[in-house]
Amino acid sequence: MSKVLEGYFYAESHEWAKKENQFAYIGITDFAQAQLGNVVFVDLPEVGALVKKGKEFGAVESVKAASDLISPVSGKVVEINEDLVGEPEVINQDAFASWLIKVEISNPADFNDLMSAEAYKNIAK
Amino acid sequence: MKNYDRLIFELSVKGRTGYSLPKCEINNYALNDLNSTLLRTEQPDLPEVSELDVIRHYTNISHKNFGVETGFYPLGSCTMKYNPKINEEIAAMKAFNSVHPLQSASEVQGVLKIYYELQAMLADISGLAAYTLNPFAGAHGELTGLMIMKEYHLQRKDFKRTKVIVPDSAHGTNPASASICGFEIIEIKSTQEGTVDLEQLKLALSDEVAGMMLTNPNTLGIFENNIIEISKLVHDAGGLMYYDGANLNALLGKVRPGDMGFDIMHINLHKTFSTPHGGGGPGSGPVGVKEFLVPYLPNPQVKLLDGHYYFNWNQDSIGSVSGFYGNFKVWLRAYVYILTLGKENLKLVGEYSTLNANYVRVNLEDDFYLPIKGFSMHECVFDGLKDQSSGVTTLDVAKRLLDYGFHAPTIYFPLLFHQSIMIEPTETESKQTLDDFIAVMKKVAEEAKNDPQMMKLAPHTTPISRIDEVYAAKKMILTYKDYLKENR
Repeated sequence: MSKVLEGYFYAESHEWAKKENQFAYIGITDFAQAQLGNVVFVDLPEVGALVKKGKEFGAVESVKAASDLISPVSGKVVEINEDLVGEPEVINQDAFASWLIKVEISNPADFNDLMSAEAYKNIAK
Repeated sequence: MKNYDRLIFELSVKGRTGYSLPKCEINNYALNDLNSTLLRTEQPDLPEVSELDVIRHYTNISHKNFGVETGFYPLGSCTMKYNPKINEEIAAMKAFNSVHPLQSASEVQGVLKIYYELQAMLADISGLAAYTLNPFAGAHGELTGLMIMKEYHLQRKDFKRTKVIVPDSAHGTNPASASICGFEIIEIKSTQEGTVDLEQLKLALSDEVAGMMLTNPNTLGIFENNIIEISKLVHDAGGLMYYDGANLNALLGKVRPGDMGFDIMHINLHKTFSTPHGGGGPGSGPVGVKEFLVPYLPNPQVKLLDGHYYFNWNQDSIGSVSGFYGNFKVWLRAYVYILTLGKENLKLVGEYSTLNANYVRVNLEDDFYLPIKGFSMHECVFDGLKDQSSGVTTLDVAKRLLDYGFHAPTIYFPLLFHQSIMIEPTETESKQTLDDFIAVMKKVAEEAKNDPQMMKLAPHTTPISRIDEVYAAKKMILTYKDYLKENR
């Protein structure tokens, strides 16, 4: 059974977003990492890049498959998690601690379309 | 010698030779004219071995090969049928071996005749007007086909059409080829049944769509029953229909892509028409088109006039996609295959491959989860074990099959399911082989319940068991030098 944490917002494409003031941290869910299997590579955007809700912003590659990363919210990338580039396997160890990018939110209403932990639990099984 | 694992370099003994070269007849090298950076200053690092060392080494390595000629190879979406030996016999004939691509058309009339006749046969089989045999592989054919699609719109001065629709169940090469060709991809979601969602398609269509790429039967082995309507929708929006010939085997001699409304298609000769599966090539990916697209076919085309075959260079063509006219010895084998079967037997290929896949599907339904009910075509897709409570995954099942001497089916593809197992037996397998395979699959399902730990460690009888896939992907050791560096 995959972990689903309270306090995070969830997208159908199995990314999470965590709000912190005008910023959002974005990562993939525990369910996503379990389905992917061992992650060997992450491809992240540059700082300053614009990401769009529902659009691809990077990719994650595992021993099984390569998957697009879909942004749950729109905004500007202010930081990327450099640690993941050398050590992507930490995503498998703790997907909720392994944020991928930090985004300055351009449209706070984007969060209204995302799921609560309760709702996501029904999908992540 | 099953566990033989030496590298040829490790057999090297200083001073040992396995050859003797004739005396060099050239004494005067103009080395001084060469830039000194181009000159080698030390001996190349080659293994020093005897002829017998070399023979034993490669013979032992060859015993580790697994192919259709050693055992059952049910790799889904790859059509691993047996390639009849008559193909090889004909391809090895001296008359074909001594042909040179620079010979003039008048000297190679026989070769051009085969080109011309094969493209006509493929056109007949697929319901299209003409084929080019020039592309070197299926993916190359896809790119060529899309270039034709692009050229068609450009020559009509319809510059807005920059997008190509691809269903989410498509083979990865479809969006890749379209992207390389400069198109933007619109991915549309499939229905619950794994087929094209007409509503999604309607939403995606516009005057910016150049066309749609589709495989039928699709990647789940399901026939797109709405194909006529799909074609009509795309055509009404001004787009063209592209057929990925990956799954043509199921339809051979029964249904023609041209009749379903497709305008352009490529054929993977190595799948459907029994030419060798690469290992990197040489391959062949003929591209066929409807009459109105014939002018755009790549140059040169082979034409016939008054009993004489000649190369035609067309001004409206997309240009050349290959040196000369493709991999002759590959499409020669396809020609032999088609003539060997004949028109009346070709349709049995589709019938038997479909029958075999359905036989496997029905017999495994109790033990493996079938996400999409109903008839499949030439392949069937399961979503892992029916009982997954022991934690045994599709990967474990695939690994365990190796212990029983079967090649694993395709796993974790298509991506629509989490535990995909995709089985394509092909028409060349007998009922006995299928029964053996089914019995083993059932046994493995049983083992998964009773001894999951053993399954997690499978295979147990192969020279190497589980490999560290993460390490292999992150730390690639591709040359002997890298290997030495790593092991010093």
